Amino acid sequence: MTRALINVPKTAGRGEIIEIKAMISHPMETGHRMGTNGVAIPRDIIHRFSCRYGDEEIFAADLFPAISANPFLAFSTVATTSGTLTFTWTDDAGQTYTESAEITVE
Amino acid sequence: MRDETYRKPGAFGRRDFLVAAAAGLVVLALPARAAARPSLDEAVRSFTGGAEAPAGGMRLEIPSLVENGNAVGVTVSVDSAMSADDHVRRIALFNEMNPQADIAVFHLGPRAGRARIATRIRLATAQTVIAVAEMGDGSFRSSETNVIVTLAACIEDLS
Repeated sequence: MTRALINVPKTAGRGEIIEIKAMISHPMETGHRMGTNGVAIPRDIIHRFSCRYGDEEIFAADLFPAISANPFLAFSTVATTSGTLTFTWTDDAGQTYTESAEITVE
Repeated sequence: MRDETYRKPGAFGRRDFLVAAAAGLVVLALPARAAARPSLDEAVRSFTGGAEAPAGGMRLEIPSLVENGNAVGVTVSVDSAMSADDHVRRIALFNEMNPQADIAVFHLGPRAGRARIATRIRLATAQTVIAVAEMGDGSFRSSETNVIVTLAACIEDLS
């Protein structure tokens, strides 16, 4: 089971710039390594991350094998309204992992 | 003198072994990286569409001496007001010596508030890393750093 950790402030002032940190457990297999039997280990990475604030995508990233295992991303956004931040990770197998966080804006 | 009747059905004979061994050698002889990776400059140009990306106006922060290439902390910040008129559209990271030049492309916009991102990357060896930012007006800028890596990524034990 994949575990994701996200760090979003619970409350923020309107117009305040908040920092968001997101990390997910994933091997990020590069596809450049050989296994013990001499067979290449197939690539399996998370190639896309996106963060939506309400209905709007505020940040996205295309990731390549040079991103470390258990990819960590930190970015920021402007706290506009109270709502939900939705985080989505998509891997090579087509699986998506979704996490969300609530924020209250005063 | 070879009598096929002595072979059990499905048994793996000496000839089969030799054929398999020869095939194995051919596979081993193939270069590990069949496709040549683009140079750092080519990678940057494919991102900018051939446009120049002059240095300055942004910072790429990486420790200059890295002990473990498997997880190297990277922070990129761009001098920008992040308003509707003046903002960063994309930030891309490229490396010089890994098997693949791309590291990541980050999509930002005025909603980001601050043009600053952080992540952790893999570095196969000591090399140059470059960050390129695409601004809202279509211009590009860049920042590069040399990194010395003492323990390379991709060589960890596979057991």
